[in-house]
Amino acid sequence: MNIATNAAHIGLERESRTGAVTVPIYQTATFRHPGLGQSTGYDYSRSGNPTRQALEEGIALLEGGCRGFAYASGMAAITSLMFLFRQGDHLIVTEDLYGGSYRLFEKLFQQFGLTFSYVDTSDAELVRQAIRPNTRALFVESLTNPLLKVADVEGLAALCKERGLLCIVDNTFLTPYLLRCFDLGADITVYSGSKYLAGHNDTVCGLVAVKDPALAEQVYFHQNGAGAVLGPQDSWLTIRGMKTLAIRLDRQQENAQRLAEWLTRHPEVSRVYYPGLPDHPGHDLMKQRGHGFGAMIAFEVTKPHLVNRLLMKTRLISFAESLGGVESLITFPQVQTHADIEPETLERLGINHLLLRLSVGIEDKDDLIADLAQAFAEGDL
Amino acid sequence: MKFATELIHGGHPIDPEHGSLSHPIYLSSTFAQRSMDHFGRYDYARSGNPTREALEEAIAGLEGGSTGLAFASGMAAIASTFLIFAPGDHLVVCEDVYGGTFRLLSTLFKGWGLEVTFVDATDTAAISGAIRPETKALYLETPSNPLIKITDLKAAAVLAKEKGILSIVDNTFMTPYLQRPLELGCDIVLHSGTKFLNGHSDVICGFAVTGDPELGRRLRFIQNAFGAVLGPQDCWLVLRGLKTLKVRMEEHQASAKLIVSWLQGQKDVTKIYYPGLPDHPGYETHLSQASGPGAVLSFELSSYELTKRLLEGVKLSAFAVSLGGVESILSYPAKMSHASMPAAERELRGIKDTLVRLSVGLEAPEDLIADMDRMMSQ
Repeated sequence: MNIATNAAHIGLERESRTGAVTVPIYQTATFRHPGLGQSTGYDYSRSGNPTRQALEEGIALLEGGCRGFAYASGMAAITSLMFLFRQGDHLIVTEDLYGGSYRLFEKLFQQFGLTFSYVDTSDAELVRQAIRPNTRALFVESLTNPLLKVADVEGLAALCKERGLLCIVDNTFLTPYLLRCFDLGADITVYSGSKYLAGHNDTVCGLVAVKDPALAEQVYFHQNGAGAVLGPQDSWLTIRGMKTLAIRLDRQQENAQRLAEWLTRHPEVSRVYYPGLPDHPGHDLMKQRGHGFGAMIAFEVTKPHLVNRLLMKTRLISFAESLGGVESLITFPQVQTHADIEPETLERLGINHLLLRLSVGIEDKDDLIADLAQAFAEGDL
Repeated sequence: MKFATELIHGGHPIDPEHGSLSHPIYLSSTFAQRSMDHFGRYDYARSGNPTREALEEAIAGLEGGSTGLAFASGMAAIASTFLIFAPGDHLVVCEDVYGGTFRLLSTLFKGWGLEVTFVDATDTAAISGAIRPETKALYLETPSNPLIKITDLKAAAVLAKEKGILSIVDNTFMTPYLQRPLELGCDIVLHSGTKFLNGHSDVICGFAVTGDPELGRRLRFIQNAFGAVLGPQDCWLVLRGLKTLKVRMEEHQASAKLIVSWLQGQKDVTKIYYPGLPDHPGYETHLSQASGPGAVLSFELSSYELTKRLLEGVKLSAFAVSLGGVESILSYPAKMSHASMPAAERELRGIKDTLVRLSVGLEAPEDLIADMDRMMSQ
């Protein structure tokens, strides 16, 4: 079945008593047992809740995995995956990764004896060179935040298999609609579901899909044990959002392509990062995959004062963190999403004082272009 | 402000813009900024959400702390708190600690080199004897689950201060209405807010509260980094539940006392664990630190058959896990709250297979008694 069909049907046909076509919100903490030693399959909502389960089955289905898990936030999902590791374990991680993940790894898990090497995961050879005897996993962003470097998930997964490493992909920027990581050999995918999956800038949530049942059992153990689960109403909102994943992303990608092309022609823009542009280093790989290029754009302006002007003067595009929703958002990664990364690292990576990140929504593309144009022009009048 | 008033008017003031008496539910993952140099109070909802903040301020106020934090579950609050420690650190933990906490300590955190000694925390000397140079904290539950053992919190707090370590108390069974550990000198209070605080068996949530600004900052950092936060709709439901905390607790407790008196007259009830009974070994200590015995009690029956009959036959008390809701809940610790504890460990801790735990709800106590009597007298 096409992924768009599966997405639209999440939660359907679960409720046999009434036939309701959306899954009910089971706002309950606990479940009555039929008898001693018996269970309806649900005991306590931290351990399992029917609404959350519908969402978890949904992400597993879209991803083609055996099991899915929903968490209180994307960071809670990533933290819960880190619980799979032990003191002394080493992980290889995408270097320009989301600042929240970096903060978690460096400030929390390093204290528990995990070590991390940050490499450019768009270059599989650099990943290979970073492998040590105690390396247990690769944590890779399929499309990086904010520089939109494209990882060759297939090549990296093959390398992981060869070296006995877990291949964990943060697929937040692409979603299973644009990249099916399990088909390419990955073991685990993780999402800030707050972004494209929920898609409406209204829910904070995290999702994980796992390919292998034994590994899924371990992931479940920590989901239940540390209890960073998603509540039933947020689970329901995320399901609701996922039903329109395909049509939202179609429109967002189309808008992003137009905006990226417009930005490249703008005299005050010195550089545009968008994989849909032919000169982007990941363009060919993504074109070959054939699902599109996503809807995130990063660009550098020519002068520092333009950063503030764009953030303040855009009217339709909100200056706010986060991404992936129906509303377009603009952010300044150096001080917002990536503030926890050392300044030298940011400068080396190109996350500098001129770089802005645009999450393209589903508004009309001409209105978005006009909004950017008037913000650029403001003050020149 | 008296507690009952604090519950209704404490925390957030009435919404100045529209006058709404109930706090709005902010279902927004992100907040638009007005300045590039100075971000507003809220930027991303994991880091801070106005609805969650109202709840966090309310719980901090009720516990007498300065920082309150809301988590996706009681276990998420506990796991986040354990993340303040590092490999090689050692904790002294009450021996009949909640099964979920036991599991977390004996699997995940054990694997990360956090060491634990379980002690009979009713004995302050035993706690003291377990403290080592690398001990960083005492972790206590009083009354404990399910054997309702009482720990002297003042003595534990004094001991912790003397040794320069933290005292952490799971205050789920009591709520700040009956017991305020921070005022007794403890450092961190934890809750499964799912229980009496929310009180309606409809939300899974957890809290951590501290009065120490430095600990507050550390816990807030972890809350944001780990990200096991409570969603805004659930926060709103808990705010709603909190409004009736006092009236619920009073009624729960009054009914519990009546049920305990009735159980005392039952020949098949061989033992009752309830801190409101003068012959409970922790009676005096409990009264010195809490303003009431609460509404959770455990009792042992004369046979396994009767235990099974009671659990499966009662109509008004739900046979389920959890506690603290408006509905009475009868549960079976050996297979439920303490199922994650190995059988030998469980036996050692006195959690027998004829032990049941009752969380007394808001039904009329006469109805609850008649319901149980029907099963007991068969």
